[in-house]
Amino acid sequence: MATPTTTFGSASPVTGSRSFLARLREGDEIARLVTFLFAATVVLITILLVYELWVNSVLPRHKFGFHFFVTSVWDPIMDEYGALPFIYGTLVTSAVALIIAVPLGIGAAIFLAELAPPRTSDTLQFFIDLLAAVPSVIYGLLGVFIIVPLMRTVIAPTLIKTLGFLPIFKGPSYGVGFFTAGIVMAIMVIPYIISVSREVLLSVPRDQREAALALGSTRWESTWQVVVPFAKTGIMGSIFLAMARALGETMAVTMVIGNSPKIAASLFAPGYSIAAVIANEFTEATGDMYLQSLVYLGLVLFLLTFLLNGMARLLILATTQKGSKVAA
Amino acid sequence: MNNARLKWRKFVSNFMLTMTGLCALVSVSALFFILGYLLFNGGTSINWAFFTQLPKPVGETGGGMANAIVGSGKLLLAASAFGVPIGFLGGVYLAEFSGGFVASIVRYSADLLNGVPSIVIGIFAYSMVVLPFKHFSTLAGAFALGLMMIPITLRSTEEFLKAVPKNLREGAMALGASKSKTISSVIVPAAYRGILTAILLALARVAGETAPLLFTAFGNRFWTNGWTTPTASLPVMIYTYAVSPYEDWHRQAWAAGLVLLGLILIINILARTILSRGIAVPRS
Amino acid sequence: MPSIKPGISLNIASTTGVPAGRESSAPLPMRMTISKVNFFYGPKQILFDINMGIADKRVTALIGPSGCGKSTLLRTLNRMHETVNSSRLEGEILLDAQNILAQDVTSVRSRVGMVFQRPNPFPKSIFDNIAYGPRINGMKGSISETVEKSLRHAALWDEVKDQLHKSAYELSGGQQQRLCIARALAVEPEVLLLDEPCSALDPISTAKIEELLVELKNLTTIAIVTHNMQQAARVSDFTAFLLTGQIIEFSPTPHLFTTPGDPRTEAYITGRFG
Repeated sequence: MATPTTTFGSASPVTGSRSFLARLREGDEIARLVTFLFAATVVLITILLVYELWVNSVLPRHKFGFHFFVTSVWDPIMDEYGALPFIYGTLVTSAVALIIAVPLGIGAAIFLAELAPPRTSDTLQFFIDLLAAVPSVIYGLLGVFIIVPLMRTVIAPTLIKTLGFLPIFKGPSYGVGFFTAGIVMAIMVIPYIISVSREVLLSVPRDQREAALALGSTRWESTWQVVVPFAKTGIMGSIFLAMARALGETMAVTMVIGNSPKIAASLFAPGYSIAAVIANEFTEATGDMYLQSLVYLGLVLFLLTFLLNGMARLLILATTQKGSKVAA
Repeated sequence: MNNARLKWRKFVSNFMLTMTGLCALVSVSALFFILGYLLFNGGTSINWAFFTQLPKPVGETGGGMANAIVGSGKLLLAASAFGVPIGFLGGVYLAEFSGGFVASIVRYSADLLNGVPSIVIGIFAYSMVVLPFKHFSTLAGAFALGLMMIPITLRSTEEFLKAVPKNLREGAMALGASKSKTISSVIVPAAYRGILTAILLALARVAGETAPLLFTAFGNRFWTNGWTTPTASLPVMIYTYAVSPYEDWHRQAWAAGLVLLGLILIINILARTILSRGIAVPRS
Repeated sequence: MPSIKPGISLNIASTTGVPAGRESSAPLPMRMTISKVNFFYGPKQILFDINMGIADKRVTALIGPSGCGKSTLLRTLNRMHETVNSSRLEGEILLDAQNILAQDVTSVRSRVGMVFQRPNPFPKSIFDNIAYGPRINGMKGSISETVEKSLRHAALWDEVKDQLHKSAYELSGGQQQRLCIARALAVEPEVLLLDEPCSALDPISTAKIEELLVELKNLTTIAIVTHNMQQAARVSDFTAFLLTGQIIEFSPTPHLFTTPGDPRTEAYITGRFG
């Protein structure tokens, strides 16, 4: 008996897919094209951004080249520009921020992942997420009116009195400076360390902890000597991520760092950061060389965050994969 | 078993675990300290004048931030009009029409864009919008903020669309609906709550951004008509007032900070509670 | 040798674990004794009136269908059930006549070791995996000697002696499980608990580990949970059959498998269910 050969709609009898014309008629092809264009726009915008940064920093790149990164002169009058004070400031502030935020953040993450009952852990994480939503300028507000006076009246005098022989703690302190900026940055950065580290710790297989306990470990020993090392790469990733975000934080740092393009050993000295100088001087910049030097700094900042974000992503990916392929 | 050693180990364990609890306490309490300070210092300055009056001339006390509030509103509106369609439709493309290589390039670009420091976005917006038109404008500011909304919108749209159960999708197609019809009438409606809350979160994030506005929207002590002139915004106002030498401006900065943070937190709390109930929650 | 029906409380003097046909020899001592144990996860009761003993320097197997509570019972023996907040245990568990529930949990666990269902070596070198236990317990003596001794006992020394500083994850599944056994042995436990140790392994590795267990009982008392009846028959001296949280029968292995006292035991071992 011959099989009927009717085909339904415009389905091709061989592949079963509708023909191009049919797809076009039903608007699918248009939908695909339109959405593709919008998706492509995203890529284009990104490429354009990098291009614009590159092109608009051509003058200082040609004049100073890599010297830009090692010169500490920032002289708009003579049109001589060097990024060293800003790079220094950015690095020092970030270092202070990390020294404060990493132990606090990892400690909190350990508590949330290992100790707190699930509901408490989720509630606390919710508050941490809200903390991450606080805008930079609000941190700046608190920095200017709460932390700066605190630094000037309490923290700095105490440290100068006890540890003032160390070059990093040499006075005087006017309240602003690297240390204050580092403290503010630390508070901004902690939520990222906590969120990612907590997730990474929660993904450590249960039986790692159980194996440690079964050998007679105390809870701290099993956490610190087994669970945390297992999650080590992911925790590193959280730190890189936090740093990438911190580098981009402009306002809070600008408001408390002191805006002085000088390199100084003391943490109490006023300084400058890459983002801060761009924020302060961009609209005041007269002349192409000046403005383009600021754009050059922007390019540097972009590259730094790009690298850090990339590293973070790799590290976090590596950990989540490790958890799923422990036993061969 | 050495008893003394065991006692020491147990002591260390309890001590260190208590310390981690302290770390968590300190971290979480930062949020409440921030709110507390804002309420304490700014609460009394929130009055009708704050919301309705223009800033007074420099040095005079009083006045409000009506223009900054409206300015922020306009900026966010225009930013959404620019950023949300791109992010949304791009997300639709990623979830429904593409695969493999193209998709990963788009995603990678979005992630890259997301990681760009906001001040660098400001530089980009300056060269794209301010320079050609030769002056600061609301549009330039909206462009910068819109750019920042794109990656979040794109990724969230993609994830929420992909989370729509397969049987919903197949049910529609089995009834003969075309792909685009399925998307518009079934899939998007199923995912729209998640996408909407993600957009709200994106808005909450850019609402507080100051740096990209510094050389795009710039600032204005008066009302802004239209979209092509500089405009005041709440975050920039807070910044300007906070670093000024005037006591009265400090007071107003606190009030503005309270209003801004209050709004941002409310949106966040709402969005996150809606997201955590019922709908599949992709990790941002 | 009478098999133990549920509900009858255990008179320690009468349960001597004397294997059939050896009634004339002296009764075997019990290393661990489980008395009137009831176990709950929250409101749900998992184990009902458990009474049994783990004979010294012998292998005791716990068998039964999925969900019968055998793993839960095993985990109470080193108090691992306490890692779940809602767990609650009534009754007594004696190790050398002392109730482990009343002692410090850390020292209990260094005397009662455990090997888990899936190999779970730490992200450390082979050496450091084994050295972990002795180090935290502050055991005297040379760590390297302890590591070598443990690896020999686990029949792994020859295979890894030149690679002690490589990561444990580079070993095969079967080797990793033997590493976990060595790791547990390194703290010289009085009892070693094994929770379905071969269920994630291939037949060759399984055979190796079964050989190992028979030798290890000279070193330490062993309790093993297995869903593989043939394994229980091959390896153990005593077997307890559990069903829905109760011990249905507990007797010397040859006896339980050839002439089971309870019809349910017979049904299980002849494959009629489970």
